[in-house]
Amino acid sequence: MEQPLIKAIGLHRYFGEFCAVRDMAFDLNRGEILGLLGPNGAGKSTTLRMLSGALAPSAGDIWLSGINLKKHPRRAKKNLGYLPEVPPLYPELTVDEYLGYCAGLRGVAVHKRAGALQKVKGRCGLSDHGGRLIGNLSKGYRQRVGIAQAIVHEPGAIILDEPTSGLDPNQILEFRGLIRELGKHHGIILSTHILQEVKAVCDRVYIMNEGRLATSAPLEQLTRHEGGILLIRLGRPPALEAIGKLPGVCSADSLGEHRFRLELEDDATACVIAERIVSSGWDLEELTSGTTELERIFTRHTTRETPL
Amino acid sequence: MILSVAGRELRSLFLSPLAWILMSVSMLLLAWLFLIRLEEFIQIQPRLAALENAPGITAILVVPQFGSAAMILMLIVPMLCMGLFAREFSSGTFSLLLSSPVSVTQIVFGKFLSVLTLLGVLLLLIVLMPLSLLMGGKLDLGTLAACILGLVLLLSAYGAVGLYFSSLTRQPAIAAVSSYGVLLLLWVLDLAGGSLFSHLGMSGHFQRLASGLVFSSDILYFLLLTGLCLTLTIRRLDTLRTFG
Repeated sequence: MEQPLIKAIGLHRYFGEFCAVRDMAFDLNRGEILGLLGPNGAGKSTTLRMLSGALAPSAGDIWLSGINLKKHPRRAKKNLGYLPEVPPLYPELTVDEYLGYCAGLRGVAVHKRAGALQKVKGRCGLSDHGGRLIGNLSKGYRQRVGIAQAIVHEPGAIILDEPTSGLDPNQILEFRGLIRELGKHHGIILSTHILQEVKAVCDRVYIMNEGRLATSAPLEQLTRHEGGILLIRLGRPPALEAIGKLPGVCSADSLGEHRFRLELEDDATACVIAERIVSSGWDLEELTSGTTELERIFTRHTTRETPL
Repeated sequence: MILSVAGRELRSLFLSPLAWILMSVSMLLLAWLFLIRLEEFIQIQPRLAALENAPGITAILVVPQFGSAAMILMLIVPMLCMGLFAREFSSGTFSLLLSSPVSVTQIVFGKFLSVLTLLGVLLLLIVLMPLSLLMGGKLDLGTLAACILGLVLLLSAYGAVGLYFSSLTRQPAIAAVSSYGVLLLLWVLDLAGGSLFSHLGMSGHFQRLASGLVFSSDILYFLLLTGLCLTLTIRRLDTLRTFG
């Protein structure tokens, strides 16, 4: 069996007395997209910096494609692409010059560089921007150059630290397409604090809080109850019990101001429930699909007092 | 890898107006001094002709010219070197180098190579001035070669000091000021007298080389100083990864 692209055990990182990351473990296989979720300051970036070799862990071991990062850093990093939180760009270079430099740095042979550049620019939508100065590009395009830099040498493992910050909604959609395509042949770790992004592209989710791994699970498990919760607002609300007794509804909670949160039974759909509410004459004003399992798990693991 | 790092750095150096300004300013000053010295030499030439064993144009013009070059470049090199690491730290581009399959030693040698290349171009221009005298007269080529050797060694020591201080801070200006401090201190160290200080100071070693006396101890001094600074830079970058 192929070695996992990234494997880490018992990662700790202290900054002075402060412990930024505590006992993290990681596994990333080829063909897998892994989402690293967490509130700001949870230790996501520190973890990713350690995995990329930019920061030495205070304790713990990291293997990239089975090669120990501490013992053989140069061999281990050959199969790695990393986009830090701030894209590492030189504003005085053109896109072509910059990507050529990155390819050289990652050991792409001279005669293969032109082809590699062509390919990566096509993938990241930069084909027409090769001659432009990076300093003159808009933020979205700079982010694309940053992503291009991380994949120019076709690494097995790709680490992206908040890759969609600064992109507009269209670019985010394009970017998700790119990630899904890359995820077929590479292994990707993606850190973000946007839950939709994780839902849209990731296969597995790690949730971090206060430097620890709070929970990890395959995405299917987290989204199984998707659509099982409805948020409604009624013009003429009845008593809470009456809503709870509606066929197809397991339980109902009042959220105040005529708003209710309904948990549905497995076979009930939003459409059926809406019909029933309307026919009961409660004057349905608003109906949205509520917090999903992922969001609830995220809130549960990243706040001290358990809400709900 | 070393060449990739050096190539990128050189490109950035030559794309920034700073390098061009610094080079043109130093050339302007040196050309001015060269012309003044040439004028003086032409004025005293008839009297020199009357003397037996009179000093030639190399001793009167070329050697002091290299002394001036050593002083002016001391002011220029820290400015050229200040951004080498400091700018990479402050703009976040250093993480690109750290996550690439490049060792810290390769990074340091790549940067040093780029500085040496730039200073090599500068040195070539400086040497062209005395060489132009060959059109109208004769030079003591041995002394000239010793002068060039001295300046090469001196410049690589300047560059290594500048490189080290650039690796200590995120702010280029701080790097420049600290390397000025150290270079000037090394230059005036032997004013204190005593053999220890004159061994440690740079000026004695350089002046002996520039006057045409090539001692291996002087060559060794500059090589050791350069090597020490490069080693310290490598150490510094290694600890940076550990302490964040």
